[in-house]
Amino acid sequence: MDVEAVVFHDMQPLDTLYLESTTKPTTENFRSLIDLAVMELPGQLNLFEPSLYDSEKLFSSIGALVYVIDSQDEYLSALQNLAVIIKYACSVNSNLHIEVLIHKIDGLSEDFRLETQRDIMQRVGDDLLDYGLDGVQISFYLTSIFDHSIYEAFSRIVQKLIFELPALENLLDLLMQYSTLDKVFLFDVNSKIYVATDSSPVDIQTYEVCAEFIDVTIDLDGLYESGSDAEPNTNPQPTRCVSKLQSGSVLYLQQMIRGLALVAVTRLEDENDANALAVIDHNVLVFKKSLEKLWERSRIQ
Amino acid sequence: MSSGKKLLLMGRSGSGKSSMRSIIFSNYSAFDTRRLGATIDVEHSNLRFLNNMTLNLWDCGGQDAFMENFLNNDSDSQNVNSSSNIFKKCEVLIHVFDVESKEVQKDIEIFKRVLDNLHKFSPNVKIFILVHKMDLIQINKRQELFDIMFNKLDNVAYENYRFKIKGFATSIWDESLYKAWSQIVCSLIPNISLYEQQLSKFNSIVNAREMILFEKTTFLVISSTNKFTVGGDELDPKRFEKISNIIKTYKQSVNKIRTNFNNLVLHGRGSSIYLDVLTSNIYIMIIVGPPKTSPGYQVDDESLVLENIKIARTLFEKIEKGK
Ligand SMILES: Nc1nc2c(ncn2[C@@H]2O[C@H](COP(=O)(O)OP(=O)(O)OP(=O)(O)O)[C@@H](O)[C@H]2O)c(=O)[nH]1
Ligand SMILES: Nc1nc2c(ncn2[C@@H]2O[C@H](COP(=O)(O)OP(=O)(O)O)[C@@H](O)[C@H]2O)c(=O)[nH]1
Ligand SMILES: [Mg+2]
Repeated sequence: MDVEAVVFHDMQPLDTLYLESTTKPTTENFRSLIDLAVMELPGQLNLFEPSLYDSEKLFSSIGALVYVIDSQDEYLSALQNLAVIIKYACSVNSNLHIEVLIHKIDGLSEDFRLETQRDIMQRVGDDLLDYGLDGVQISFYLTSIFDHSIYEAFSRIVQKLIFELPALENLLDLLMQYSTLDKVFLFDVNSKIYVATDSSPVDIQTYEVCAEFIDVTIDLDGLYESGSDAEPNTNPQPTRCVSKLQSGSVLYLQQMIRGLALVAVTRLEDENDANALAVIDHNVLVFKKSLEKLWERSRIQ
Repeated sequence: MSSGKKLLLMGRSGSGKSSMRSIIFSNYSAFDTRRLGATIDVEHSNLRFLNNMTLNLWDCGGQDAFMENFLNNDSDSQNVNSSSNIFKKCEVLIHVFDVESKEVQKDIEIFKRVLDNLHKFSPNVKIFILVHKMDLIQINKRQELFDIMFNKLDNVAYENYRFKIKGFATSIWDESLYKAWSQIVCSLIPNISLYEQQLSKFNSIVNAREMILFEKTTFLVISSTNKFTVGGDELDPKRFEKISNIIKTYKQSVNKIRTNFNNLVLHGRGSSIYLDVLTSNIYIMIIVGPPKTSPGYQVDDESLVLENIKIARTLFEKIEKGK
């Protein structure tokens, strides 16, 4: 599934034209704040062919099931297939999060997208009712690899799996208050998924600008890394990048632990912005220390 | 319009002329170019570049009917697209070749006829050829393919007209486009050496690892100084184009929240990077540290560097005004 390639491997959407369809299950591991294993199952194979999979073991060990529906294709059989999978999965693992991506919506007009979503939700609901499964929670997302919707969807899916999420969100809310930030995200740098954000609503444009700010930082820094591999980086300071915008807003990035970065949008009203930035630096450092503690504790469990 | 410089953009239909123009001068992303239709006759754009220079870009539609019209009818002086009108007073020709073209012979034939007209109407023109859409070619075959094409064209130009041409391999999907256009545009700036002198004077104070000047709307590199490059400091030879590309992408990114950036300060793993407005037409980028690559004292204090840029501003504004 090239969704995975785009989100987890930083692949350009156009490059996916050359990917072959998935025919074998593959598993990959991602180490970030949580250790994430992404397993990809092909659509063509019969999941319940016992010789190929230990379906029971598979479904009881996972936290979330992500099912991708091609919205540009005839999707009725995909929906029937989904209902069968959900029925089986629920019988093995009642804590499973079921996430459905209505994918490739770039090909549909604005009106038709919502129409399609309504149609799909309706049909899946009906199918599940037929199986007597009316209490099952399913989340639906409209996605495309040509914009940030796929990252947003995976962000929200991954967040459901983070045990410490409430604590993280609290910490970010505190940081907001004490540093007068407008918005703050904790990003996984490689995938551009945000593992947590403060409790104010997420505006997709702000998210995109913050995610792209990570790329700007990494790309520029990469050009002037101290060349020789012989000498490891001497700079003990974490990477930090600050950019003032004409609107008066400021983008702020600071590297955290375990492949995470904190990216915030703030506003420096007065002339004395060096002081205001120093306050933010200090508070972000405090946040980072809490993050380290949180991480240690969660590992002991 | 006396200071306007006429640039002719030529090449077969679909070779990518309007795409590159829109990316460099109109803030399109490479994705956006898929929306462009074929150019009808000629699209003119006047672009201010630095303070006192206007680029008059003539993007000439490459469909055969238009080309025949440009190349053939000389006598009809009423026709705005007569060859004399198109080809007179040109400072630069940029001829674009689609690297995947199925009609290379015809492409070359047309190039030859364009040169024939320029020889007649603008014998002092500077000629650049771009072998374009290189992204479609396997990486290890690109250089060879470019060399073959360039040598053919170079022969045509020199054997027949004694024109000396320059060539670049380009693609809208990577930074190669910026390298080509930086060199093309810089060839038109008369006082370019003044920028260079002033920049290295400035760096004798700051002692930075590198300083680069960018034109503000296009992010084309105007000048750079790399004072302390000693043996060990092996920098990426494509870094200027990459920076142009990165910063332009950043500009488009913040455009989504309807604003532009004023500056950017990055303290990274190897160096500190300062990007700031220098004059109303130029951005400056200063790269400082790490100490071992630049002997001697370096200023790497955020407020000091930004303060220095403010002081340098007046010096560069003078050059811009042509004094
Ligand atoms: N793969 C690839 N495609 C490109 C590149 N540059 C342009 N294109 C595509 O080529 C197509 C034609 O580009 P145009 O810029 O309209 O071509 P043109 O030379 O202006 O054509 P006329 O106006 O008819 O003369 C567009 O769909 C572009 O997206 C490139 O570097 N690589
Ligand atoms: N228009 C559009 N095409 C997409 C999108 N996502 C994937 N594709 C294309 O769909 C094709 C098959 O996708 P892939 O994920 O490899 O198939 P799978 O692994 O069998 O699920 C590829 O050519 C992709 O480029 C999308 O969001 N929009
Ligand atoms: Mg065109």
